[in-house]
Amino acid sequence: MSTELKNQDQSGAAPAPAVKKNGRGSSGTLTEGQKPAWTWAAVAGGALVVGAGIAAVMGDGFSITGWLIVSAVVYVIGMYIATRVVENRRRATDGLWRNLVWAAFIIALIPLISLLWTVFAQGLPTLITNPGLLVDDMSTTNGATDAATQDQGEPLSGGFVHGLVGTLMITIVATIISVPIGMLTSIYLVEYSRGGWFARAITFFVDVMTGIPSIVAGLFAFAAVQLFITTFIGSSPVHLQMVKMGLTASIALSVLMIPVVVRSTEEMLRVVPNELREASYALGVRKWRTIMMVVLPTSISGIASGVTLAIARVTGETAPILVTAGFLATTTWNPFSGWMTALPVYIYRQLVNPTAPGAPLPSELRAWAAALVLIIIVMLLNLIARIIAQAFAPKKSGR
Amino acid sequence: MAEQVTEARSASASPTTKSSGSASADKIFAGLAYGAGGLILLVLAFVAIFLVTESLPALAPKVFSNVDSIKSAENFWVYVMPLIGGTLMASAIAILLATPVAVGIALFISHYAPRKLATPIGYVIDLLAAIPSVVFGAWGMITLSSAMVPIYGWLHDNLGFIPFFAGSPSTTGRTLLTSGVVLAVMILPIITSLCREIFLQTPKLHEEAALALGATQWEMVKMTVFPFARAGIISSIMLGLGRALGETMAVTLVLSGGVFSLSLISSGNQTIPSEIALNFPEAFGMRQSELIAAGLMLFVITLVVNMIARWIVSRHKEFSGAN
Repeated sequence: MSTELKNQDQSGAAPAPAVKKNGRGSSGTLTEGQKPAWTWAAVAGGALVVGAGIAAVMGDGFSITGWLIVSAVVYVIGMYIATRVVENRRRATDGLWRNLVWAAFIIALIPLISLLWTVFAQGLPTLITNPGLLVDDMSTTNGATDAATQDQGEPLSGGFVHGLVGTLMITIVATIISVPIGMLTSIYLVEYSRGGWFARAITFFVDVMTGIPSIVAGLFAFAAVQLFITTFIGSSPVHLQMVKMGLTASIALSVLMIPVVVRSTEEMLRVVPNELREASYALGVRKWRTIMMVVLPTSISGIASGVTLAIARVTGETAPILVTAGFLATTTWNPFSGWMTALPVYIYRQLVNPTAPGAPLPSELRAWAAALVLIIIVMLLNLIARIIAQAFAPKKSGR
Repeated sequence: MAEQVTEARSASASPTTKSSGSASADKIFAGLAYGAGGLILLVLAFVAIFLVTESLPALAPKVFSNVDSIKSAENFWVYVMPLIGGTLMASAIAILLATPVAVGIALFISHYAPRKLATPIGYVIDLLAAIPSVVFGAWGMITLSSAMVPIYGWLHDNLGFIPFFAGSPSTTGRTLLTSGVVLAVMILPIITSLCREIFLQTPKLHEEAALALGATQWEMVKMTVFPFARAGIISSIMLGLGRALGETMAVTLVLSGGVFSLSLISSGNQTIPSEIALNFPEAFGMRQSELIAAGLMLFVITLVVNMIARWIVSRHKEFSGAN
């Protein structure tokens, strides 16, 4: 870091030391007026010692984390003072902000590493020793079996295949609803509208839709389906039970998905060169065929990547499914009637309402294993989106 | 759609029907595209209408239901105000913690990091954005909350005179402050990625001019990047705020809720999304209306925040040199 600092200073702030050098009238080497290269190491060493002292005095017990944090603060202040004494105020401020920007980056890494470590450390051993989790549902698991697992060392029973199936079905239906609507809307925005009030209203409200809280989307789907059922089918308790099903959750997820699809498709359609459209029109091809045969195939990789990202986003959603699809212990493939469990809801339920309240450990183990699987699914979807975007990207983009 | 394509293909095979068949297909396609756009406006209108319809019994029980008052409190506002307070407090903590770090990382990626590192770091931050909220919640509940307990003890001992750190510190660490920290981690990638985009758009000539005048790197950032990106930073913070207001799982799993209090380090407080998630699955009748009405309040708040953010962006576009 220190060599880079020096380089930056030579290119960036050359006049300042030059003035100083003349004023002092000293030897005139290139590094005149700069702090020596070992400054940072000296300050870091000093900071660690001082940090140890402060941490020991302030805390009740000496902890490595506390020591490192205090040392880091002392280092940043120490570097500022050292630079200020040896060089000047402007250089010192520059170095101070450089250190703070680096600190921001390191601070952000801590939760990411901690989170990934927690999920892998808690989930991976369970998943390896109990691969049955991936093919079982919770129909044979109850408080007694979990208590036996925790107290007598019985093997972990149950699993989350019903959650995987539920997430798959709900996401597929949501995709079927939102992709055509989203794509047609962006086709309208890019190919048909001429910037009128209608197009501007759509753009504005799609932006607004991006910000709808996911739980409000869930409430909306619930309210919509409930209103539909009480109006057209009936309002007895049996009918009200029908409101919660996979389809309701899919509608909720569509509300979250449509704006993402619209924005990404719109962006992709806009980079299709106009020359392609004009060439097609010149050959006498109708507008809709131009769109279907020329514009969409050119931009399909970007669109597919955007849709995959949208799917990845809704796969991890919990709150809207929690209020719309209920919770079930058995596997069901039918999203159009009856309650359904999604994987994120399964994790939530296992953590908050353990199967055996007296023996929550097996539930926690299952939740972490499910969390690991969920993270892997979402990461894979993100990776696929990136690969699609890179592998099938159009050679040139213009306009 | 596929049917239309094959239909049009067979139509174009014979030259006489070609133009008329295609022309009507053209109209149908344009109509579909127009209709999809209209549907989106309709959906948003329905979101508002349905939420209002379903929450009317809670908003005015005497008029729209056969009972005199709502279930949880004497009237709806008494019920919802503490929840709004909790929501705003949690989001404020998240914004205060996330903004400096997020702007710092964005600056790190756009101007400070070695070239080769910048792209992978961008991926890492995107990775943070891809982690499902329920996993964040589980992490906050199990790992972070226990790590926060000694910090709460320290805050209470040394800063207990500030109302936020008064009260007995929670022994489980499942407090509003912990929820705020989890929320901060969750909105970090949103603010970072938006700020990074804007920082990268700073005109190169401005930056080089500043450096040529002898500015240090920080002075260059202060003189060229920040003035250029000010509106963008503000709007990205607003978008992050909108996300923090509506985030459910992080708070539901982390917070052991209770009545509203200013103390951030003892258990208590509740946010609107978390209240809905905890109670909606078992709710029916009036209780359901109450929760939907609370959701309506959340919807209105986030709508206002997002609209302000978008308005700042659209105003900025007109005079920014980059577009």
